[in-house]
Amino acid sequence: MSILVTPQTRVLVQGITGSFGARHTQLSLAYRTQVVAGVTPGKGGQLFDNKVPIFDTVAEAKKQTGATASAIFVPPAFAADAILEGVDAGLELVVCITEGIPVNDMVKVKRAMEGKATRLIGPNCPGIVTPGAGKSSNGGCRIGISPGYIHRQGHVGVVSRSGTLTYEAVWQLTCRGVGQSTCVGIGGDPVNGTSHLDVIKMFAADPETHGIIMIGEIGGATEEEAADWIRQNCKKPVAGFIAGATAPPGRRMGHAGAIVSGGKGTAAAKIAAFKAAGIGVAPTPSEMAETLLKMM
Amino acid sequence: MNLHEYHAKQLLAQYGVAIPPGEVCQTAADAKRIAEKLFADGAKIVAVKSQIHAGGRGKGTFKSGFKGGVKICKTADEVHEMAKAMLGQVLVTKQTGPEGRRVTKLLITMAPNIQKELYLAVLLDRATSRPVVMASTEGGVDIEEVAAKTPEKILKESIDPAVGMMPYQARKIAAGLALDGDLIGQGAKLLLGVYKTWWECDASLLEINPLCVILTTDAKRALLAVDAKLSLDDNALFRHPDLQAMRDLAEEAPLETEASKFNLNYIKLDGNIACLVNGAGLAMATMDIIQHFGGQPANFLDVGGGASQEQVAAAFKIILQDPGVKGILVNIFGGIMDCNVIATGIVAAVKETGLKLPLVVRLEGNNVEAGKKSLTQSGLTIISGDSMADAAKKVVQAVAPA
Repeated sequence: MSILVTPQTRVLVQGITGSFGARHTQLSLAYRTQVVAGVTPGKGGQLFDNKVPIFDTVAEAKKQTGATASAIFVPPAFAADAILEGVDAGLELVVCITEGIPVNDMVKVKRAMEGKATRLIGPNCPGIVTPGAGKSSNGGCRIGISPGYIHRQGHVGVVSRSGTLTYEAVWQLTCRGVGQSTCVGIGGDPVNGTSHLDVIKMFAADPETHGIIMIGEIGGATEEEAADWIRQNCKKPVAGFIAGATAPPGRRMGHAGAIVSGGKGTAAAKIAAFKAAGIGVAPTPSEMAETLLKMM
Repeated sequence: MNLHEYHAKQLLAQYGVAIPPGEVCQTAADAKRIAEKLFADGAKIVAVKSQIHAGGRGKGTFKSGFKGGVKICKTADEVHEMAKAMLGQVLVTKQTGPEGRRVTKLLITMAPNIQKELYLAVLLDRATSRPVVMASTEGGVDIEEVAAKTPEKILKESIDPAVGMMPYQARKIAAGLALDGDLIGQGAKLLLGVYKTWWECDASLLEINPLCVILTTDAKRALLAVDAKLSLDDNALFRHPDLQAMRDLAEEAPLETEASKFNLNYIKLDGNIACLVNGAGLAMATMDIIQHFGGQPANFLDVGGGASQEQVAAAFKIILQDPGVKGILVNIFGGIMDCNVIATGIVAAVKETGLKLPLVVRLEGNNVEAGKKSLTQSGLTIISGDSMADAAKKVVQAVAPA
């Protein structure tokens, strides 16, 4: 029915009492996500919104509530630490929303996570949604900041580096009566926990995902890596869009990872890799759903 | 954030990396004074180097007609002449674009007796998520060409972040660069110092091109970092106030500096259709779709997810300060962003600026109904887009010559 999270996934929120974390915890609760705990050091023992118990540490929260996944809404200076605390506590999944983490902090995090079972999504990502069966897809699992109502339960997997472009694709699908299995934002940073390929492999193995939309942008080579695997291994239809064809070289386009460096990481190269892999290329972001549906 | 060569060299020197003696100055008189000291200390030749955030200075030309942004001089009087010719003038190089950069600072430095030019850089290897030290015997040239034509001449050493760069790795590179005898030890020390500078300053790129084998005045071989280019990770600047102080606003486009004051992500481009978007990916895609329908984007602008009404109004006013702008496209998919915050911000800005240019707005997402209502009730002439494609077509049409 989905990958990574289900409507039953028990979620804790690191940074639940910050204004950003609080607002999105409320939205996730309204979506009927199983938010079972919050973590803010020093506020252990308090209740969030009269509903959710707050703990001083992730380990304690996990022990008391059985949470297996975390949403991190912690400021950039402390986010790497929050990620590693989640890993150390043995969580299955850590989703880091925070934008602006120093690159070398993430270099250290990734090194420290080698050999650990925890999966990290992000940072600098909108999070994950597995839509539910209720009204406006309520009843699903929403970790992060995506607007819940745009989703619909169904069989298309969406994976993307960009938050708002994900919402575009999801909304296009929903408006056409086509639902999503799971939507995964892997984030816009150059060093992150999960790549396009990691997610596509999961979609390829998920019996409830029948088609995939992959959204990429300039910088790095993860789209090419995914395209190469898809060409050789993926039987399911894949459509994609690459943002940044008009971006000037050498400039960081908002996302820390969205930069064409030394001639590498261009939109043209990624689009060429998509075409070589038989991935349907949407010429504009308005045609992402259309492009996939023609292939299904 | 980019740093000037003279700042990069100051930092390298702090980490024990050998650099040619020199000092930065802003007047021809100071240039002469520094040169006199260098000659007195034994320099045979002194270089006058324009300090701008762009390469290709040596082959560049000033708009005044004066050729060359890097000059080699044999006397302090010559240094004075060169400094007078460069200071205050606009230098155009392959990397500055035709508008060039005004030169207000010069690095006056001993020009060593160069025997060999090598290349050295430290950067993030995105494939491994680890730092990589890159070196080549092909220094003083465009490394991208070397990578394209003779990639075997580029040595790479991946650094394990758990231990940092190890001395054996530095010796391995030194040997790979055909350094021998006491240059191995010097080379290793220099390489470790360069890596340390990169790591401790939270740099994204540190490039030494050329790294030179030189002959000292007493005919001994030595290694010197003759040029240095240092770019810092913007995300880490908060923990480097001393490096923040090295920011040179004169090297930034004024509108980009203005936008940074409001924490807006703005990049000026050359077209005539301004964009205001939430989310970097959507903002890039908005530029792309404008071009797809035959228009030219005037800027990249991501107002971010948590933008306030004030930030939205500020963003609007900034894009309007670009005289090339003939039309505006606002493209919002509100996730965190509240469509009504955007709408009220735009209405406020339009009224304040007395906007007469065509304005196309496409809203979707969080609180969209309230947002659309704010726009229709404003009494302003705002063209509405149903989808991104629809909005892009409309704005391109609106600015097209009649």
